[in-house]
Amino acid sequence: MEITSLNKAFEQKRSGSATLGTFEEQNWSSFDQWGLPALKHEEWKYTRIRTLFKEGMLVDGAVSSLSEETIHQHFLPGELAANAVVFVNGIYQSALSHYTAGTDQLIVKSLETAAGDEDADFVKKHLGHSQQYHKDGINALNGAFAAGGVFIRAKKGKQVVDPVVIYHFSDSTTGFRFSQPRILVHAEAASELQILETYIRIGSEESLTNEVIEICAETDAHVHYVKLQNEGTGASHTGTTHIRQLGRCTTHAVTITLSGMLVRNNLNMIMEAANSESHMYGLYLLNGKTLADNHTIVDNQMPNCLSNELYKGIMDEESTGVFNGKIFVRQDAQKTNAYQSNKNILIGNQSSANTKPQLEIFADDVKCSHGCTVGKLDENALFYLKARGIPDDKAKALLLHAFAVDVLDQIKSDAIRAYADQLISERLSYSE
Amino acid sequence: MLKIDNLQARIEEKEILKGINLEIKPGEVHAIMGPNGSGKSTLASVLAGREDYEVTGGSVDFLGKDLLEMAPEDRAKEGLFLAFQYPVEIPGVSTTNFIKTAVNEKRKYQGLEPLDAAQFLKTMKEKMQLVQINQSLLSRSLNEGFSGGEKKRNEIFQMAMLEPKLGILDETDSGLDIDALRIVANGVNQLRSKDNAFLVVTHYQRLLDYIVPDFVHVLYNGKIVRSGTKELALELEEKGYDFIKAELEATTA
Ligand SMILES: Nc1ncnc2c1ncn2[C@@H]1O[C@H](COP(=O)(O)OP(=O)(O)OP(=O)(O)O)[C@@H](O)[C@H]1O
Ligand SMILES: [Mg+2]
Repeated sequence: MEITSLNKAFEQKRSGSATLGTFEEQNWSSFDQWGLPALKHEEWKYTRIRTLFKEGMLVDGAVSSLSEETIHQHFLPGELAANAVVFVNGIYQSALSHYTAGTDQLIVKSLETAAGDEDADFVKKHLGHSQQYHKDGINALNGAFAAGGVFIRAKKGKQVVDPVVIYHFSDSTTGFRFSQPRILVHAEAASELQILETYIRIGSEESLTNEVIEICAETDAHVHYVKLQNEGTGASHTGTTHIRQLGRCTTHAVTITLSGMLVRNNLNMIMEAANSESHMYGLYLLNGKTLADNHTIVDNQMPNCLSNELYKGIMDEESTGVFNGKIFVRQDAQKTNAYQSNKNILIGNQSSANTKPQLEIFADDVKCSHGCTVGKLDENALFYLKARGIPDDKAKALLLHAFAVDVLDQIKSDAIRAYADQLISERLSYSE
Repeated sequence: MLKIDNLQARIEEKEILKGINLEIKPGEVHAIMGPNGSGKSTLASVLAGREDYEVTGGSVDFLGKDLLEMAPEDRAKEGLFLAFQYPVEIPGVSTTNFIKTAVNEKRKYQGLEPLDAAQFLKTMKEKMQLVQINQSLLSRSLNEGFSGGEKKRNEIFQMAMLEPKLGILDETDSGLDIDALRIVANGVNQLRSKDNAFLVVTHYQRLLDYIVPDFVHVLYNGKIVRSGTKELALELEEKGYDFIKAELEATTA
């Protein structure tokens, strides 16, 4: 599709929001300038994002025929008490959302509202920070449609007990759906917040979700973020999770990808305060022709920080896993400890893995380690299990599950972990 | 129970088993001794169904079935058990779950209902006693970080849980301290019955003081070159393998 006609299609849908208008305008001109990334763009060389943009794609988020009943049917299993934030086609739906936490702990409101009330200064200051790291049309295009997004704030010193589960519904019953959710999260000092994002495509046509979530954690905040992708083969995704540590704190991110057509996850940990800790875990369990591309950035800016990163991939059939892990250690970030590891198992004859660490170190007193492996299932282990009477397929499933489990174990919420584990066990067609 | 006839096997291009003949009847214990690299573990692996080895000749009959035609998991379910010389560490697989899966797979094969949690626990407690293995060990990942002796004990514990018809013990005694050796040997002795049999690979007479074999065989250079009763083990202990090697050279010369 010609970028000019694409631009026209988008141009007509501009919101003209009173509070977010300027932000959108700036992003629109950036998008105009950069366009969609092509394969020759170094950061996108495995991921053909342009071909996903199609003539006639449904870009108007407001139009949906999904009933409340349908939405609720797709909520996570009942035992999971949660603050449910619902997006449909990239637009926050307050009427479909509900909260177990009181407003003394948790504030959720539309981004447009937040940009014009007591949170306006915060929004102005932090919305769009991720673009410094992603100077490409994909991030800007999301910014140009920021209205319809959501603002979430965990209040100072408060523990939000139940996770905030953000459901992204895409209604592709009538055509190729393009959704662009935008989220800004403020975890105030000493607050505790768990976030789960999950994606549901309803309808048989394909879809593309282009998301940006920016999370700011203040001093002593604990932010635990999980992204769970199991949207089915017709769904593509480009998303950026941008986590800033504004004060000394600890942040976790776990990204689990189980299906999709083309999935691109950017995860950034921006470590702006001394003595902070960040953990990044990822699991991609792929089959069919799925391509999952995880690009992570850890930006160490201040001294005495620890970052730990472990991504694991299992590729079956013709699937492809891509991992790119960038670590910056800036000049002031002395005594940084940064660990990175990416392990892949190829099961499918036509599957592949691409893995690349990228370390850019400008401080001299740092400890960095990185390693990546691409291999097959351990034959000795497999034989050991079979020699005890465990059939081949079950033995393989056991070993793959064992490979995945140290990422799975990093999910803090028991209910979410159990749910993810169930999906994975079912996928491996193995249950205990 | 087991009849090995002129079994030959190789790995890559290297001939390792060069015509093994051995018959084991129910109720019997056979010991195999032999110098390092003579093919003892290879024989055990071939019997258990390891695919790295290519069987180039001969046959093996196990309880009336062609053993070499069966997948490793089916051999196990038919009642063959190999206690590994080097048990594999498998992080992320809990020992208890693994044993439960193995026990229930075998039961399924035999047309039995799977054991429920309570029954399984009961059986496990009994067998734990038998080899005096610690509960805390079983709640860890399979063999992960186990000491050499703990791994061997875990092998015998699994054997007790699976109640095989033929137990093949590949150097289960190496790495065991004196007490553990006695405990493990006792465990094996208690599992002995007129219906099952054991093939014990060892380098040391010491083990055979506890597990008294009916027959002792010497495997040398891929062949069983000498068979006898338990006295043969004593003789080997005393003289080493040199006298056998010398005798062999004399006959081939
Ligand atoms: N994968 C392999 N590739 C090449 N040679 C092998 C392989 N596995 C075994 N061998 C060789 O086969 C021979 C027999 O090995 P095996 O392990 O059966 O000996 P063993 O009698 O059990 O010795 P030990 O008493 O030391 O345990 C040895 O020479 C060994 O090096
Ligand atoms: Mg050996």
